[in-house]
Amino acid sequence: MAEIYAVFWGDLRQLRRRLWRTVGTGLLSPILYLVAFGWGLGRGAQMGGTNYLQFVIPGIIALTAMNTAYNAAGTKLNVGRLYYKTLDEYLMAPISTHSLVVGKALVGVIRGLITSTAMLVLALAISRQETIGPLFVVTLLVTCFAFSFMGLLAAFLAKSHEDMATFSTLVLLPMTFLGGTFFSVDQVPALLQAVLYAIPLTNASQCLRAAFLQQPFPWLSFAVLCGYLLAMYLACLIVVRRISV
Amino acid sequence: MIATEKLSKGYGQTRAVDELDLKVGAGEIFGFLGPNGAGKTTTIRILTTLTKPSSGRARVDGFDVVGEAARVKKVIGVVQQHLSLDRELTVAENMEVHARLHHLSSHERRRRMAELLEYVELAQQAGQLVSDLSGGMKRRAMIARALLHRPKVLFLDEPTVGLDPHSRRRLWDLIRRMNADGSTVFLTTHYIEEAEALCHRVGILHEGRLIALGSPRELRQRLGLVAVEVVVDGATSYRFFADPVAARAHVQTLPSDARTLVVRDTNLEDVFVELTGRKVVPNG
Repeated sequence: MAEIYAVFWGDLRQLRRRLWRTVGTGLLSPILYLVAFGWGLGRGAQMGGTNYLQFVIPGIIALTAMNTAYNAAGTKLNVGRLYYKTLDEYLMAPISTHSLVVGKALVGVIRGLITSTAMLVLALAISRQETIGPLFVVTLLVTCFAFSFMGLLAAFLAKSHEDMATFSTLVLLPMTFLGGTFFSVDQVPALLQAVLYAIPLTNASQCLRAAFLQQPFPWLSFAVLCGYLLAMYLACLIVVRRISV
Repeated sequence: MIATEKLSKGYGQTRAVDELDLKVGAGEIFGFLGPNGAGKTTTIRILTTLTKPSSGRARVDGFDVVGEAARVKKVIGVVQQHLSLDRELTVAENMEVHARLHHLSSHERRRRMAELLEYVELAQQAGQLVSDLSGGMKRRAMIARALLHRPKVLFLDEPTVGLDPHSRRRLWDLIRRMNADGSTVFLTTHYIEEAEALCHRVGILHEGRLIALGSPRELRQRLGLVAVEVVVDGATSYRFFADPVAARAHVQTLPSDARTLVVRDTNLEDVFVELTGRKVVPNG
């Protein structure tokens, strides 16, 4: 744990220095989505017997967690590895690969949690809901870890800053609109449903939505999300061991 | 302290380091001299566990850089050619990150940071963001950071590149002090005067191969300690002599149309040019 904290410590100092800017900029996109899709397009609409605003809020929180965790961990590492070369300092330190990967992921996890929590507070006020259950918190944590590791993986594999942007366009952008944030995946044809359920954001949205609306919890989706987390973590370990001695 | 056996590193068809055999003793300041692209940085990256060699072996303080990388990491301090400090952290915060990564206790961290900030004369700048420091200060901060965990071997990759002459000489003094305090220093440079001023022994690297090894004086002696430069019809020729008497005798035999004549001490650049047929610094 001390090694993980050592890796995270520098990022934590920076995060504390710019906390309000982080929260402010991180909330901009989800609020715009909420206004456009929740109050704009979806005003008065119903989705599967639920008020559309109530339906879309957990999806937007999942989306916020995904984008913030991925970008916070991935962009910082990509710049540190390819441009500022600050990653070498960690690669030359007598620490385990596990500590390096988890320590570097934590900045994405913490930023994802901060921004998602701020969004959640706003959403609770709007939806006049008073509580959220522990499953919501656990799912949010798993989501932040899974996408933070995904950001790290992209950053470790990218050969240039353009590669990171390309990965975001090819992977995150389709997930944003197909990952069950704005519509129910159950409405699409069965074949497409199978594809969409393979997307990590879909499973995060399903779990957060069920926990938020106090519906039966989709444990299979939760297992898929945990599987993604594990796969991304292991892929990061393999890549780091390949690039370092 | 450092030993390599037939150490090689290839990138595609290019051999960045080619069968390097080298031994550096404890307490030495050893310099790798060569132009950009000679393989100096690749060698340092292998010795500091950042790059895997294609073949051959390298040991630092008796530990294999591939098989025992974790142990090597504990005994080395590295100052890289590029600025590898986190610009968005202060000098003290950068040092604290390093100290934590090297498992220093909080008491030891505080003590070593205070000591080293004084040592590199940056105590006043400890709370400043790295992005606000001058080039020389950044380099000294990197050295202070590298020394925090008391490394036995300090690797300095082009430590004075981009610094003004004043900062360069200040850094030379610092390197001598670190060596006097017990650190073995392995540095790369393409500045001739730096290698001559600092290094006990110099290895000249050319296209990945070690083409000469010895003290600066030994290398100059092999060529001849006195150089005579003659310009005839715009072309400069160089002759080297064992002593000034032989040089003077040669000068008297020169044709009368020799327009410029310089008699001077031989330097490592002469050695390099004679061995490779090219200048150490390609663009001057």
